[in-house]
Amino acid sequence: MSGRSNKARERILYLISPIGLLAIWQVLLMLGFGDRRFIPTPSDIAVQFWAMTVSGELGWHVSVTLYRVAMGFVIGTVPGIAMGLFMAMFRPVRIFFDPLIAALFPIPKIALMPLLLLAFGFGDASKVALVAIAVFFPVIINTYAGASNIEKIYWDVAKNYGASQSIVFRRVVFFGALPMIFAGLRIALAVSFIVLVAAEFVATKSGIGYLIWNSWELLRVDVMFVGIVTIGILGLIVSAIFQEIERKVIPWKAE
Amino acid sequence: MLKVAERRGAAVEISKLAKEYGGGGERLLAITDINLSIRPGEFLCIVGPSGCGKSTLLRILAGLDRQTSGTIDINARGWAVENAMVFQDSGLFPWMSVEANVGFGLMTRGVPAAEASARVEAALKLVGLTKFQRRYPHQLSGGMRQRTAIARAFVTDPAMLLMDEPFAALDAQNRVILQAELVRLWEQTGKTVIYITHSIEEALLLGDRTVVMTAHPGRIKHIIDVPFARPRNLMTLSASAEFGALKLDIWRVLEDEVMRAREEAEG
Repeated sequence: MSGRSNKARERILYLISPIGLLAIWQVLLMLGFGDRRFIPTPSDIAVQFWAMTVSGELGWHVSVTLYRVAMGFVIGTVPGIAMGLFMAMFRPVRIFFDPLIAALFPIPKIALMPLLLLAFGFGDASKVALVAIAVFFPVIINTYAGASNIEKIYWDVAKNYGASQSIVFRRVVFFGALPMIFAGLRIALAVSFIVLVAAEFVATKSGIGYLIWNSWELLRVDVMFVGIVTIGILGLIVSAIFQEIERKVIPWKAE
Repeated sequence: MLKVAERRGAAVEISKLAKEYGGGGERLLAITDINLSIRPGEFLCIVGPSGCGKSTLLRILAGLDRQTSGTIDINARGWAVENAMVFQDSGLFPWMSVEANVGFGLMTRGVPAAEASARVEAALKLVGLTKFQRRYPHQLSGGMRQRTAIARAFVTDPAMLLMDEPFAALDAQNRVILQAELVRLWEQTGKTVIYITHSIEEALLLGDRTVVMTAHPGRIKHIIDVPFARPRNLMTLSASAEFGALKLDIWRVLEDEVMRAREEAEG
């Protein structure tokens, strides 16, 4: 069997489950199973999706949500990476931060929303802060794990070849941890959408989360589904972009 | 004919060296009472059964470990750096290209970029890897990786090369080729080489002297002057009767040690 036909078969297999699911959904509703007022068909959702795209309404909510995710992501992940690396390199730093992380990580971050509203008000800042806090933890934990599991031989080589602390940090620990850092960033990406949409249910008048919650209150189930589908599509696109970046940044990772 | 270097590598005086691992109740004596003078520019091989502490000795020389007692005096005057180590598993950074790996020891020491790249280029030429300079280690064969590691060591111009079973993981053909290349580089540069191996044959082929170590704890049992003239032809030498006789002598010494260690272990 040739590799090419195998690949083609895998690609078909990959598409069969989502398309099949949508087809079954459509057919069942058209046959009269379920109430179309509460459960729209995929074609109803598609029509609504198109209408909202053309009117610019969807684009507006998407841009607000993406802005909050992007800001929070950067503000949360950069210190997460830096502190994870410091924890791996310096024992006192690790001992100092370990209990803090252990205590704060399990707290559902959405529970902090009221506190953040008090601190940052009802604008974008409170949502950005929530995303930043939520992404910080998976990134610091993964970075630390990646950096502290770097093979001993690389530390030996660095030392034997005269590397200073700063070179060890920038050229050895950072790159050695990079595959795990990326794993952390991927988790952080999913987490950021999860907490942000939840936060947008309350305390805002814009964003995909608001769109979903508001349409539920108005019983516009088709609009609600547009919001849900949009989140899925955004997740897919952003994660594909991420994968591409990862391939560029980690060329030594065997394919 | 190859140019033979006028510069001679580091002279090393090791006296009463010992290394203990572990603190408190359970202490393990890795090596003890090591006394050894290494001549400038000498190719010294160290053989011994596994667990004889030969790697420990090398790591102390490399500055990666500290001895518990005893002294090491290294005279590396006239050389850019005191030592460079070649590890068994190459130890190339997977995230750096061949070029960047070879230049690592220059970058860490602040050698200007233009000079560094010229030296890296020369070192890559020396080991025949010019065409592969932009590759990553995972794209190279085992032999090429070890060549890169050797270039990385040579490029820093160390007075002493410390090699920890550098060719143990290679197949037989590659090993012979790399052994011959190493000897050629050593003859051209005059560096002191300290070469750890578990192969008696390799020690006799390459070394001026062979140190035989015993296990638990590691001590020097014998120091053998390898009588074969240079330049050596590694293939014909290993087939000669004299070589076979010497190899057998050393094997007898080691065999006793291996058997003794085994009896001790079986208690």
